[in-house]
Amino acid sequence: MKKPRVAIFDFACCEGCQLQIVNLEEEILDLIGAVDVVEWREAMSEQSHEYDVAIIEGSITREEDEKRLEVIRSRAKVLIAIGACATIGGINKLKNNFESMDEVRECVYGEAGKKPHLDTYPTKALDEVVKVDYRVHGCPMDRAEFAYIIKSVLLGKKPEIPDYPVCVECKAKGNPCLWEYGQVCLGPIIRAGCGARCPSSGHRCFGCRGYISNPNVDAAKDVMDKYGLTVEDLKTKMVLFGSKQEPTL
Amino acid sequence: MTDLNINVKHITRVEGHGNIVVNAKEGKVEQVEWQVPEAPRFFEAMVRGRSYEDIQTIVSRICGICSISHSLVATKAVENALGIEVSEQTDKIRLILHYAEQLQSHVLHVGYLAVPDFFGAPSVVPLVSKATDAVKTIIRAHRVANNWSDLVGGRTTHPITIIPGGFTVIPSEDQFRQLQGTLRETLKDLGTIAEVVLSVAENIPDFTRDTEYISLSDPARYSFYHGGIASTDTNEIVLVKDWHSVTNEFVVDQSTAKWAKWHRNSYAVGALARFNNNADQLTDASKGVAKMLGLEKGCCNPYFNNIAQIVECVYVVENAIKLIDEVLTAGLKNEVVKTSPKAGRGAAAVEAPRGILFHEYEFDSNGNCVAADLCIPTNQNHANIQDDFEKLVPEFMGEGEDALRQKLEMLVRSYDPCISCSAHMLNVKFV
Repeated sequence: MKKPRVAIFDFACCEGCQLQIVNLEEEILDLIGAVDVVEWREAMSEQSHEYDVAIIEGSITREEDEKRLEVIRSRAKVLIAIGACATIGGINKLKNNFESMDEVRECVYGEAGKKPHLDTYPTKALDEVVKVDYRVHGCPMDRAEFAYIIKSVLLGKKPEIPDYPVCVECKAKGNPCLWEYGQVCLGPIIRAGCGARCPSSGHRCFGCRGYISNPNVDAAKDVMDKYGLTVEDLKTKMVLFGSKQEPTL
Repeated sequence: MTDLNINVKHITRVEGHGNIVVNAKEGKVEQVEWQVPEAPRFFEAMVRGRSYEDIQTIVSRICGICSISHSLVATKAVENALGIEVSEQTDKIRLILHYAEQLQSHVLHVGYLAVPDFFGAPSVVPLVSKATDAVKTIIRAHRVANNWSDLVGGRTTHPITIIPGGFTVIPSEDQFRQLQGTLRETLKDLGTIAEVVLSVAENIPDFTRDTEYISLSDPARYSFYHGGIASTDTNEIVLVKDWHSVTNEFVVDQSTAKWAKWHRNSYAVGALARFNNNADQLTDASKGVAKMLGLEKGCCNPYFNNIAQIVECVYVVENAIKLIDEVLTAGLKNEVVKTSPKAGRGAAAVEAPRGILFHEYEFDSNGNCVAADLCIPTNQNHANIQDDFEKLVPEFMGEGEDALRQKLEMLVRSYDPCISCSAHMLNVKFV
């Protein structure tokens, strides 16, 4: 059987998810052995326009990026978005809360922000531009979950991605609830699959894996009431990785 | 006479993308340009309106490789702005975590990126069969650094445990002791890596340009995290709060990243800068590695930044072992962190693996951010890379296009411009 040809690309991001691929350490050699990596700008000099699987990190923030993504989509049979920037727009969407992009540009570069090479538009996740076949959630993505999803795709199986809240995994670990410690934790509405990594380290969930498909918004409101907090308190925390996204409270 | 037309597009990972353009006609250089066309991400805008408690979570995402440095410097700046004091234990454990990132980043850069150049290999992959033991040693050291970050930071990339005032959780005494044991083994592996580099050190290009080197400097130790700003051009130490008088950032047309300069047209930051300012404070073992690899204080060969990184790997591992002893001898305390919002402005600096990093924030009385100003090391090196290019091209153009292109690629790599897993990230196209 011919090995599937894989290409790895990135747009606006910190490239921390590609780093997680490297962080597989020895295991990366097994993965690389199962496929034919034809383009990975960060790791090799070769380039190719022919690939079966495109793995993409980062958000879309410019016209030129959008065009490049469309070309990649037209060439790839399977498109996999890795990390929050690609799957939900991630932290890059914080700038979408500004009235205008001119304001954003001026905020960082002052007068020089008007220069054409500093152009930007409101951040988009990949699926706001093209069809995405698989998503590896998280900021950064979890390297074990990445390996699992890639293996599933190579075997022609559908990977199982949790669609229940982080609370499920957090409770299973026996963690004390961070709400009891006054932290506005997003565990009740955010997709599990991370092993409740942040709450397990004593830090509230800030939602890097995105919302579950059917979050129980009413229950979240009950929780807010119980702890004497308002929906506004919750929204200021949801904005980190969930700017301009459903669900609205 | 030589005609040159080099167009390296999307070098990648200078916080993304960089280009090299060189044109020469009949031996006369017409254009030499280091360009940075990266999609800007506007972090200074993204933190506006956000709570002082969320700043490190946001800005950690500037860089996947130096996320610990960004988290630490942001947290320090927030603490300075709000007048939050941290305990000696917190200060030491943060430094231990910061050392983990230096090792992770340096091993990644030297091992996966620079060494293949010295072996004449296109990437680390062919070296797996050619130099199996060396590659395994590099992977082992890299894994140790990642597990170390996991243990103290809660995660390898984008740490969880660092918050204003201290930590959400800290490792137990047993975990610290285990880490110490692992680190002692890693010291041996680093010796092996240094010998591998020594065996190919003759391939380091012979190029020097008198350069101003900027880094933190602190009387107490070889600094990554404390002290003021030092330059090899002067004896004065500038306070971190006055960092703008050092960076003097400006916008140029060939770059979406801002550039910086101090006493000259450009300056350099990074491992070689730290070494040139503070080499006397290294430990005996790290000094020994410097000597073995021919690195001396005052070195102005930018390619030796790779060597300084190996020296620092040895230093951070040795010093982490010592710091763990200090923390455990004092007795680990579970500190409860309580902070409250306050208006104020604060700046901080740490040494990211690739050079000095500045963050400054202002908060309103609710503790929400009203202004931010960040200056990353790669930006500070851009002007210096340009100046190196301008001296290097005429010196080496006689060697032909291929050799020159190779030297330019290696030069950019030597600055370690936030290039994560790159081996040959430079896609070269002749037009």
